[in-house]
Amino acid sequence: MVPFAGYEMPVQYPLGVLKEHLQTRQSAGLFDVSHMGQVRLTPKSGNVQDAALALETLVPMNLADLAPNRQRYAFFTNDTGGILDDLMVANRGDHLFLVVNAACKGADFEHMKKHLSDRCTLEVIADRALIALQGPKAETVLARLAPEVAEMRFMDVATVTLNGSDCWVSRSGYTGEDGYEISVPEADAVALTRALLAFEEVEPIGLGARDSLRLEAGLCLYGHDIDTGTTPVEANLVWAMQKARRAGGERAGGFPGADIILDQLANGCARKRVGIRPDGRAPMRDGTMLFATEAAPEPMGHITSGGFGPSVGHPVAMGYVDSAHAAPGTTIFAELRGKRLPATVVNLPFTPANFKR
Amino acid sequence: MKFTEEHEWLDTTDEDGVVTIGITEHAAEALGELVFLELPEVGTKVVKGDEVAVIESVKAASEILAPLDGEIVEVNEPLVDNVTLVNDDPTGKGWFFRIKLDNPSDMDDLLDEDAYKALIE
Repeated sequence: MVPFAGYEMPVQYPLGVLKEHLQTRQSAGLFDVSHMGQVRLTPKSGNVQDAALALETLVPMNLADLAPNRQRYAFFTNDTGGILDDLMVANRGDHLFLVVNAACKGADFEHMKKHLSDRCTLEVIADRALIALQGPKAETVLARLAPEVAEMRFMDVATVTLNGSDCWVSRSGYTGEDGYEISVPEADAVALTRALLAFEEVEPIGLGARDSLRLEAGLCLYGHDIDTGTTPVEANLVWAMQKARRAGGERAGGFPGADIILDQLANGCARKRVGIRPDGRAPMRDGTMLFATEAAPEPMGHITSGGFGPSVGHPVAMGYVDSAHAAPGTTIFAELRGKRLPATVVNLPFTPANFKR
Repeated sequence: MKFTEEHEWLDTTDEDGVVTIGITEHAAEALGELVFLELPEVGTKVVKGDEVAVIESVKAASEILAPLDGEIVEVNEPLVDNVTLVNDDPTGKGWFFRIKLDNPSDMDDLLDEDAYKALIE
């Protein structure tokens, strides 16, 4: 067990990090992610679009066109174009349901209260746990409890009765695999978890494998790969900013740091988040400095997440490099224990996404 | 077999003053599945506490320190390509390197098996 954002979290279960990782890619893994923040944003007008438009003032996403029972990836930006947190936003018909990072949830709530209270009622949902069932067998397993979940597509959300309990289910996750995230009333969480673990396809998965799975999938970890000092353009998260909020869109700008972010979109930026594949066997971890050549006196970037990728069988990393060295195929050098070792800039993800579109 | 507080084991060999060194089963278990190993070069003179090897598991990187003063005389080369041997057989095929001790009597100051067991309990 290790302390994580104020919670005691297991790094691994008896299976161990490596086997838990492969279990999730090959069958199904169950994650307790109850430390994450769950927030309900209800429009005072009764029209969910008003909540969406209000939230659009804090994020560069098109939420007004987010259809009922659909979910979207988003991030709060600050006045300098940095990222305050990344989150999921679901349209649940008469309100928006948000899932935010554990370490940021207090600050996120204050941020939303300050800017959205005139148009929305904000509610921290403290009486629900959050569990994730991830992997190619997740659909088969969860459909045994509720056949209708098989019909959900990637990023659909629904209210589903699981094990006799009213659950808010989304078809999404943080592993690059197909799967579900399930918000379950606290009182029923243990029973539902036990029911899912009782299926032979499912094993419990700890923080260690959660990290290696998301890293292979090229997904950002807030506080490492993105933070208040990285813009969405630098972080290569432009795909998450819909056209409506970009220059020329119906609701262009209008979020914190829009001038900086839209300028970088038009004119480029000095550095980029990229995938990095170490050429050798040595893992290159968070904080490792990156150089353009073996002899370059000054670093031109650094690694923000790195480790061993159990599914790909070699070390994997991501980090920020000078834009001049960000093209896939570029050879760069990482300084490890006083030695410069070669690595190659690669496209993310390292493992193909296995979503049910 | 002798032990250090850094969870290394040392075993004498047929050759005078040469000891084989590896990590204990307790250490291998705590580290989790190993994925990378960097061994020292044969001929390197080491002083107790020097960082002589690096092992990385799926969880983290760890340094292996020289347990005593001496010279590296042999390394377990096959381990580099098959580092899981350390997990499978930490006190056998998973040995790391051999040191020719400057003062073979230094071994007397290390922990014996009972003392090491008491340490990890």
